[in-house]
Amino acid sequence: MSKTRLTATVLAGAMAGALAGIAAPQDAAAQAKEKCYGVSLKGQNDCKAGPGTTCAGTSTVDYQGNAWTLVPKGSCADMKLPGERQGSLSPLERDLPKA
Amino acid sequence: MRDDHTALGSSRLAGGLLVPVASGDDLARALPAGVVGPEGQPAPRRFSVYRNNVMSSLIEALGSVYPAIRGLLGEDYFKALAAEFIRGHPPRSPVLLDYGAEFAGFLEGFPPLADYPYLADTARLEWAWLKAYHAADVPGLSPACLAGVAADALGELTLRPHPAAAILMSPWPVHEIWQRNRTQDAREALPPPDLSPGDRAVLIRRPELEVEVTDLSPVEARFLTALQAGETLSGALDTVLAHEEGEADIAGLLASLATSSAFCALHRGSAC
Repeated sequence: MSKTRLTATVLAGAMAGALAGIAAPQDAAAQAKEKCYGVSLKGQNDCKAGPGTTCAGTSTVDYQGNAWTLVPKGSCADMKLPGERQGSLSPLERDLPKA
Repeated sequence: MRDDHTALGSSRLAGGLLVPVASGDDLARALPAGVVGPEGQPAPRRFSVYRNNVMSSLIEALGSVYPAIRGLLGEDYFKALAAEFIRGHPPRSPVLLDYGAEFAGFLEGFPPLADYPYLADTARLEWAWLKAYHAADVPGLSPACLAGVAADALGELTLRPHPAAAILMSPWPVHEIWQRNRTQDAREALPPPDLSPGDRAVLIRRPELEVEVTDLSPVEARFLTALQAGETLSGALDTVLAHEEGEADIAGLLASLATSSAFCALHRGSAC
């Protein structure tokens, strides 16, 4: 398997070549960033502050598992897999509400 | 910290919280003893409000962790699917930011979604993003630090994986799928990705404060994965290059190692 056992010289040379092509890190910029605890960093993850605290559910009623006759209505619908495999969802015969 | 005493599934109250209820009889059976109104009578409607809040909060939590899956499936489908997942995988810890690890596996095994095979790996990317976001702050391996390693020690060098770095290999263009579906704006701005299966890999990392997702070539991914598994630098190069055809770009691989942010600094508690 190791048909190309590298010599130290080859490796060191390759490393020197690799590192020469990399711009030096901007230390000043890196140090200017410090973590600010308790503050959301980016809007993307704000909800992590407490997803369990929402009261969103008070006005909605139980989410039953009867949705498998649904087809995803998001962007799954506009993303076609090769071979037209998409779009043949089959309903699931379990966890349906009892009649 | 003990995490079992508040977790769902361990108390009398919790038992009735996540069971499906389709009728008044179901609800009566789910009602824990002692949940009563002012006259001491059973209070199923009050319990229903609580049940609903629990479920809706967990769905909301899952949706915050998996915004791209939510976007891909649409709101209605995501809510119904999340509820299905939650009933089978109630939280085992009160720390909700750790909730939802099994969602990708669940998507993979969910028959109605078999025609959307890219969903599971997209969920894996979202989970890796979250883990990277919350991972410990540890100094990463810098190019300068690598430059300081003696020539005769390079070959036997082993590296510790950085806690905020993960490599995900997938036949699907999960990076593009994820980018396009995290937000409504992105969905409108970016075209649908080409879903032809291929040999793809992404690196999820957090060199400073922000999580970054970048594409890796398959050979880079195999190289970094071998290093993460504890192989020596020369061992990892040998392993990877043995499977490559054509000219080996050793310097290219070493450059991608040096800039990957996928490994810790060489010495614990030090910048290098």
